[in-house]
Order: sequence, then structure tokens, then C-alpha cells
Amino acid sequence: MTASHDTFSEKMADAAIRATPEPLAVRVRGLSDRAIAWLFIAPTIVLLLAINIFPLFWAIYLSFTNFRANRPNAVVQNVGLGNYSRILNDPDIWASMQTTAHFVFWTIVLQTLIGFALAYLIDRKFRGHAFWTTLILIPMMLSPAVVGNFWRFLYEPQIGLFAYAVSFVSGIPTSDIQMLGNVHLAPWAIIIVDTWMWTPYVMLICLAGLRSIPDYIYEAAEVDRASPWRQFWSITVPMALPFIMLAVLFRGIENFKMFDMVNLLTGGGPGSTTEVASIALKRDAFEAWATGRSSAFAIVLFVAVFGLANIYVKALNKVKQR
Amino acid sequence: MTDHTLTHKKPRRPVFLRRGPMEALAVAIIALGFLMLFQPFVLVLYTYSFITLLAGTVMFTIVSKFPE
Repeated sequence: MTASHDTFSEKMADAAIRATPEPLAVRVRGLSDRAIAWLFIAPTIVLLLAINIFPLFWAIYLSFTNFRANRPNAVVQNVGLGNYSRILNDPDIWASMQTTAHFVFWTIVLQTLIGFALAYLIDRKFRGHAFWTTLILIPMMLSPAVVGNFWRFLYEPQIGLFAYAVSFVSGIPTSDIQMLGNVHLAPWAIIIVDTWMWTPYVMLICLAGLRSIPDYIYEAAEVDRASPWRQFWSITVPMALPFIMLAVLFRGIENFKMFDMVNLLTGGGPGSTTEVASIALKRDAFEAWATGRSSAFAIVLFVAVFGLANIYVKALNKVKQR
Repeated sequence: MTDHTLTHKKPRRPVFLRRGPMEALAVAIIALGFLMLFQPFVLVLYTYSFITLLAGTVMFTIVSKFPE
């Protein structure tokens, strides 16, 4: 009886072992830590390759061809450096580069100055500073599509609040304040909107820099009877400089690629006064359907931004080493 | 002791294999290319800006791997 019971138990145990799936730990027992780490990061790497690296190499390949996206079945011919030659000898594209430079320069100057000033004020920790910080951050949280649309209304010469405010201060009739229709004012209209939207971002980064300065440095400076002006230039600015440079780098790269806001506000007009490089690129790619040429244009912009980022990273490392 | 130290002193690398000066040169070339790309005065400078930028960027990528 006991013997048969034991046999039955052993059979049941064997059946249970066979039915139980092999645990993962046993199956991966033979893998090293390095192999398991690769297993975990492989999906991310594959995704990165598929979304970022492959399109980049594909664009480089297309930049040497006459491929047109609206004629996918046409024979694709290699044109060598022809697309690059056309891009780099085209006065219209050269003009769009200058428009981009004007936009990037002024937005960075204004955003850095205003953003740092706001961060300096918010860092004083006055009553209700948390409320004001949240209020200042609101523009940054909005979608560029929303911002573009409501600034169009604000800039309206007849019903716009901006035109009314300028008219109230300057006495110029509202119908004469054509922010988006005037060739001299349209570039500044876009700079104002971008500054309004992204200054809070620069302010946040500068605020992080200011909060990272230890209080004892200021206390030591006060013991040495350093004036607030001297403290600002000898302590605050040098110690917040890596953060300011980081903000400038981020905004610089983003503004080189600026498309949505300009497209919504002016679409590159009036004429081509606000046609920044990305708008010219979009026209080349999706209106002229010169996919190969626009790929070459995109590669030129990519190299410019990549080179700029290299300079900044080197400058940032130098500042951090001090 | 001094003689011993002197005999074992590593020979200094040539300038074109030193990271510091070569990185500075690459940055200068990138900056020059950048100015050429966005300047509004001479079209020829714009034409040659891309090759200047590319040369500087490739050079920076290579020389930044040199030992300190």
C-alpha cells in the first residue's frame, strides 16, 4: 500500500514538474550580465536606428540623387554633388539663411536677457513667488499651433489687442499697425512670439543655475565687503554661466529648426521676408517636390547645427573646468 | 635622480597629434564656416561655407578622440 502510494506520488510530482513552465531565471542562467543588459537596451537601440539613424543615412543617399517623392516610380539617377552645388549657389536659399540667422540671433539675445532677469527676480523668493513662477511658465506649456493662432488674432490690425496697446501708447492708428503684413515688422512679430513663448524655458534653466550657487559664497563676499554689483559679476554670472550656455545651446538648435510658428503666423511672407530655412526647405520638398535637392538642403542645415553644437559643448566643458 | 627622470621622460607628441591645439583649430574652422554660411555680403563665401563647416566638424570628431 505504502509502496504503491509512493509510486503514485512520484508520478504526480513528475507530471507537475513537466507541466510547470521553465522559469526565466533558469533559461537565462547561461547569459552573462552584459548579454542581459544588451537584451534590455536592444529594443531602444533598434527603435533609435529605425527612427533617427536610418532616415539620416537615407536623406544623405537621396541628397545625391534626383529623386522626387511625387514620382516614386520614376528612374532615380545619381546627380553627384549637383544638388549641393545648386543649394550653395542659390541666392534665394542664401537669403533664407540670413533670415534664419536674424531670427536665431535676436530670439537668443532677448530670451537669454529676459529669461536670466526673470530667474534672478524669482530667485529672490518674495511672497507668492511660486504663483508667479507658474504663471510665467504657462506660455511654454502651450502648443505652438495654439500660440500661433491666438497671436494672429492679437496682431490683427482692426480687432487685435496688440495693435490696440501699441496704438494706445504711440498714438499711431491701429489700421497702420500691420505686424504680419509689413515687410519690416513681420520678422519682429515672429521674434516677439518666440520670445514670449520660450523665455520661461530659459528662465527655468537659469533658475536652476542660480539655485545651485551656495549661500556661503555670498556670505564670504559680504564679509569682504563686496558690493551687490561686484557679487553679481564675480559670483552670480560666472557660476550660472554653464547653465546660461546650455540654455543658449538648446534654444539655438531649436530655433534653427523653427517651422511651426513661422508657418502659422506668416507662412514665410510677406514676400519672402520671414522665409526661414525650414520654410524654404518645406517649399522645396513639398511644393516643388525636389526631394533630392531638399535632402541636400537638410544635410547642410544638419552639419551647421552639428558644428555649432560641437563648439558649444567644448565651450561648456571649458567653463565647467574653471 | 634627475638624470634618471630625464631619461625616462616621454617624448612630446607633435602638434598635429595633440588634442588641445587641434580641437581649437577645428572649432575655429567650424566658426569660420558658420560665419560664411550666414553672412549677407559675398555669395562665394556662402558657396564654400558648407565644405568648411564639414571639414571642421569631421576634424573635431576625429581630434576629440585624441588622448589629452
